[in-house]
Amino acid sequence: MNFRRFGISLIAPLLGVVISVAVTSVILVAINANVGDVFSSMIRYGTSPRAMTLILNLATTYFLSALAVAIGFKMNLFNIGVNGQYVLGAVAAGAVAGALTLPKIPSVIITILVAMVVGAAWAGIAAWLKVARGVSEVISTIMLNFIAIAIISYVIVRTSVGHETSLNVRGTKEIAESGMLRGLALLDEGTKIYGFFFISIFIGIAYWFILNRTRFGYDLRATGHSASAARTSGIDARRMTVVTMLLSGAIAGLVGLPYLLGEAASYNLNFPTDWGFTGIAIALLGRNNPVGIAVGALLWAFLDVASGQLILEGIPREITTIMQGLIVIVVVISYEIVRRRQLTTEQTRVAKALEAQGVSA
Amino acid sequence: MLKGVKIASVLAAAALVLAGCGSSGDASASATAPTSSVKVGMAYDQDGKGDGSFNDAAYAGLSKAQTDLGVQIKEVNSGSSATDASREELLTLLAQDGYNPVIAVGFAYSTALGNVAAKFPDTSFAIVDSVVDQPNVGNLVFAAEQGSYLTGVIAASASKSGHIGFIGGMEIDLIKAFEAGYVQGAKSVNPDITIDSKYMGAAGDNTAWNVPDKAKAASAAMIGNGADVIYAAAGGSGLGMFQAVKEAGAGHWAIGVDSDQYTVPALADYKDFILTSMLKRVDVAVYDTIKGVVDGAPLVGIQNFDLSKDGVGYATSNSAVEPYKAAADKAAADIKAGTITVNTK
Repeated sequence: MNFRRFGISLIAPLLGVVISVAVTSVILVAINANVGDVFSSMIRYGTSPRAMTLILNLATTYFLSALAVAIGFKMNLFNIGVNGQYVLGAVAAGAVAGALTLPKIPSVIITILVAMVVGAAWAGIAAWLKVARGVSEVISTIMLNFIAIAIISYVIVRTSVGHETSLNVRGTKEIAESGMLRGLALLDEGTKIYGFFFISIFIGIAYWFILNRTRFGYDLRATGHSASAARTSGIDARRMTVVTMLLSGAIAGLVGLPYLLGEAASYNLNFPTDWGFTGIAIALLGRNNPVGIAVGALLWAFLDVASGQLILEGIPREITTIMQGLIVIVVVISYEIVRRRQLTTEQTRVAKALEAQGVSA
Repeated sequence: MLKGVKIASVLAAAALVLAGCGSSGDASASATAPTSSVKVGMAYDQDGKGDGSFNDAAYAGLSKAQTDLGVQIKEVNSGSSATDASREELLTLLAQDGYNPVIAVGFAYSTALGNVAAKFPDTSFAIVDSVVDQPNVGNLVFAAEQGSYLTGVIAASASKSGHIGFIGGMEIDLIKAFEAGYVQGAKSVNPDITIDSKYMGAAGDNTAWNVPDKAKAASAAMIGNGADVIYAAAGGSGLGMFQAVKEAGAGHWAIGVDSDQYTVPALADYKDFILTSMLKRVDVAVYDTIKGVVDGAPLVGIQNFDLSKDGVGYATSNSAVEPYKAAADKAAADIKAGTITVNTK
């Protein structure tokens, strides 16, 4: 491992945090808030046991969403359809789990498989459109998001899958306690760390292993670097596209499960529908690396959870949204600058070496 | 519980009288500025205040309590991708900091409020548009179909083309009740009337309350088909309907919802086109809840704000509604007397 490269990959996110704190401070001064108080209360609250539990739980969701996006990114596929894939996965999983009366382990395994299959199938439509019809996945996945929402509302409002869970709220049948993964109260007595937190660590390791230690992962990265070079070396690019989209969709299908099995117990119509977009931002932050994504997800979740405390102190919660946006922009820009710098230094180095050997360019 | 309902009705009436005095002269009520040690925590859903409609109606009740009762207030909102967990945390923080009552605005809070109310049995809670079965929760629900019946009567009476429209927010039972009442009211005046209906989002589509561009396009299409009165029950999306009606020009009317939208400053550009608004008196319900805590008699159980308690109604601040008042008031009397039953579906 090249220490300089490692340093650079750390500097970009740090720069992002520093610049976003600086700009946010200016905004806070402009709205007459006490800058020191705001940041210290964010940290004080954010490190309390209950808040830390909430952060880990939310980060679990973001981590899975970002992994789903990252797999696509590795092959230059832009899966904007994680939203649609996870809401459909969660509804199907919620409906099946609600109907099951099995012991915990088989029940949870079936729930997970249903979510993955449905998510993969939905992403599969975009994959088929791309390889068979040449439709850009950017267009098809975003359109499929709208269709997914419409399907869900049809299923929950008009079919027997949905029923009124409380006044004015409809959802899938409540999952029995034996089908839930509520998790462990490790940090705080009253709030549990979702069971899916531990599963997602395993998924992160599997992601790393498949991409870096298997033939498939090599093919995927090779196609991502240069599709034409990969084709020349005998990789079937169309097949890679389909398999990658299916994998991305399968992970996306899991995004709703930490919350569904850890807390909600029913997919109701208040279920958040935009975690997929958060995943895109976090995949960019983490540079598609599982550790980077985990750190990005924790940071994002910290800001989200802390915003609840800020608003009690009279600071609009949009402050944290601004910070999140700034971090992403700065990180993406600094990675790009570093990449270009490296490219030019590399070129000069090669040119010099060639010159020394007396080869003229 | 019955007693609670009774108190609520008396308070609702009292609040309306107070609201009626408004700015003209409440010198007698506040010879000395009242102060109270009560701290009110109010949680809006998603983006909260500024919709000029539902959430702002809740705020009106809160701000009235602040001036009239001298209570301290704290407002929070849940943000755009809120979960039960994040809503629960917000309510917990409020209860923990000593806010009492804690008022949740919107049915999305029902699960979260149920959990928090159980953890803080000494705090009074209230929820708008939902029912949470806990002894320390006041459930503020509204007979929106009754108020909408009246706006339907007005719309059908005001329409020259015999063609009116309805713009709904999310296609859920809560909003379908507005449509059902409106349609029934309109047909009571003109059985052959044409009514276009369009929802801004399917159930579960959280954008439905905040897509004024979509509401504008839908309203413009209705106007193009001959509609000359449109009623929107769509939260922040309603703005688009006002824009479309204003662009269609004189002879077209918009009907607002929840707040008296004729008097909302942010909608001043459109007020000449706002014939009336269906009033869902969330302000009254919120004020009553706070008053109950200040007086040591918190509202609990189901508080049904219907026509008989003036919990719903229609606005008369635009004088253009004068010619239709007689018909609307007659319908209101019939509903109160029970000779008309309004559908909710």
